[in-house]
Amino acid sequence: MSDKNTGVTAETVRKIARLSRLHIEPDRLEFLADEMNGLLVWIEQLGEVDVTGTQPMTSAVEMDAPMRCDEITDGGMQEKVLANAPKSEAGYFVVPRSVE
Amino acid sequence: MSDLTQLSLEAALAGLKAKEFSSVEITKAHIDACMDAAVLNTFITTDFENAMKSAEKSDAKLAKGEGGSLEGAPLGIKDLYCTEGLKTTAGSKILGNFMPHYESTVTANMKADGMVMLGKLNMDEFAMGSSNETSYYGSVVNPWKNGENLVPGGSSGGSAAAVAANICLGASATDTGGSIRQPASFTGTTGIKPTYGRCSRWGVVAFASSLDQAGPITRTVKDSAIMLQSMAGFDAKDSTSINKALPDFSAACDKGVKGMKIGIPKEYTMDSMPSEIEDLWQQGIKWLESCGAEIVHVSLPHTKYALPAYYIVAPAEASSNLARYDGMRYGERIEGDNLYDTYERTRAEGFGKEVRRRIMIGTYVLSAGYYDAYYLKAQKVRTKIADDFKAVWGKCDALLTPTCPSSAFAIGRKVVDPVTMYLNDVFTVTANLAGLPAMSVPAALDNNGLPLGLQIIGRPLDEETVFAASAALEKCADFTAKPEKWWV
Repeated sequence: MSDKNTGVTAETVRKIARLSRLHIEPDRLEFLADEMNGLLVWIEQLGEVDVTGTQPMTSAVEMDAPMRCDEITDGGMQEKVLANAPKSEAGYFVVPRSVE
Repeated sequence: MSDLTQLSLEAALAGLKAKEFSSVEITKAHIDACMDAAVLNTFITTDFENAMKSAEKSDAKLAKGEGGSLEGAPLGIKDLYCTEGLKTTAGSKILGNFMPHYESTVTANMKADGMVMLGKLNMDEFAMGSSNETSYYGSVVNPWKNGENLVPGGSSGGSAAAVAANICLGASATDTGGSIRQPASFTGTTGIKPTYGRCSRWGVVAFASSLDQAGPITRTVKDSAIMLQSMAGFDAKDSTSINKALPDFSAACDKGVKGMKIGIPKEYTMDSMPSEIEDLWQQGIKWLESCGAEIVHVSLPHTKYALPAYYIVAPAEASSNLARYDGMRYGERIEGDNLYDTYERTRAEGFGKEVRRRIMIGTYVLSAGYYDAYYLKAQKVRTKIADDFKAVWGKCDALLTPTCPSSAFAIGRKVVDPVTMYLNDVFTVTANLAGLPAMSVPAALDNNGLPLGLQIIGRPLDEETVFAASAALEKCADFTAKPEKWWV
């Protein structure tokens, strides 16, 4: 593990919260920084493991990725797809304006 | 008819087939028991009306000598499995009104085999927790009591408590880091996490996709074999589903352990572990030896790194999986000042504290500049852990360990440091990281009268040996204790 990456600050938390799309009140940032640092310090013990030449694990069970024909097998279920939408209209999802 | 709730699933299925009682009778008995046990808070959603209708249909089939492997048996389903037309919340506020229009493959298999579904069982929010206290729908109360109310473990706390309280003959559950085995250990029940890929993940709300596996929680080892036989199997809709024929799990239970080599990994202990758990482990060794197994002492040197590696891999995958809850296509939406504000307020209000914590950690370890230091490193350590297991399979056929470093603890126990809670999974998480089948069997009561489990871990795809060794343990332990029925 690199040496300088444990110092999560309130500013880091603000950035991570933005990336995570989570609203956080400004007065919570310090507390959350402390909490994340606590977890990261514990995680840092992985630094003791020598992983030179070790491949990262990509699959729990060794198997080939399955192949299938590129064809449509499903569809025509607009009503079902929209059934749980917080807002929908005329067969579309209604979302907040994203382009000003 | 209340004695119908005391049966094992195996005995109930035999009784139904022999027409000693009807599905309507045994289902009604369980519905009454469920209503009596409301204080345990095991269900998020009950579906008793439809259960009675299913029971009638099952009786019609049974009368003609037809029916599947679970025909007429009243079972519970963890609220992580999408069930068509029945609310599925994943224990979260954000899915509080989510009504799936499709059925998970596992529950579809169980329904096709004749299950009578009593309802959807409580769980930690998005399966993130070891005590069921992170559920938006309140804590589940363990039927086992020690003066105060205890947690049933998690995340499949509702499943375990319902089976322990005899209000479901068995229950589906899921296990990402120990979420079947730890609650089974805390409630005196039996549960297996099969090899990764045995059960389809299709339609099961995702937490950490490379670790999530479905499995049953039941009262006996044979009952788990019966349920897993129905739940498991290849599914083209899950690209990690294993396309191999299923062995006969029930037959495997009767194989015995004569000549089997059982490995005892010396690393499966920790400083704070009560000596009675250590003693029980030694007892388990003697039990298997007395049944003809050969004991081999082995080492899995990277065991201590499993939990920290898990707390990189699981949150990383969760942060990605949970990105879909944005309040646009389904789930709750909290309107904000603009699109981003809407996303952020929806997710901050819809997710609980533990889920937000894991999303933040996951986002951090995947963010630019930290990916190699954390995520890639953890995936390499994961290879080391899997290699440890591969090395011992040359010396033994299965491993025996304690399931958990403690028995059930009090609801509301003050936990300042999240790591204290995470340590519950220290002996179970290795099997998830390596994708191995592992089962918890209730083995004894501790000094406070609370159940403790022992764990059998097997080779990939070798559930048969896990069932054989677990059945032998079960026979020797002869665990017949039941919680006092204080909730009626």
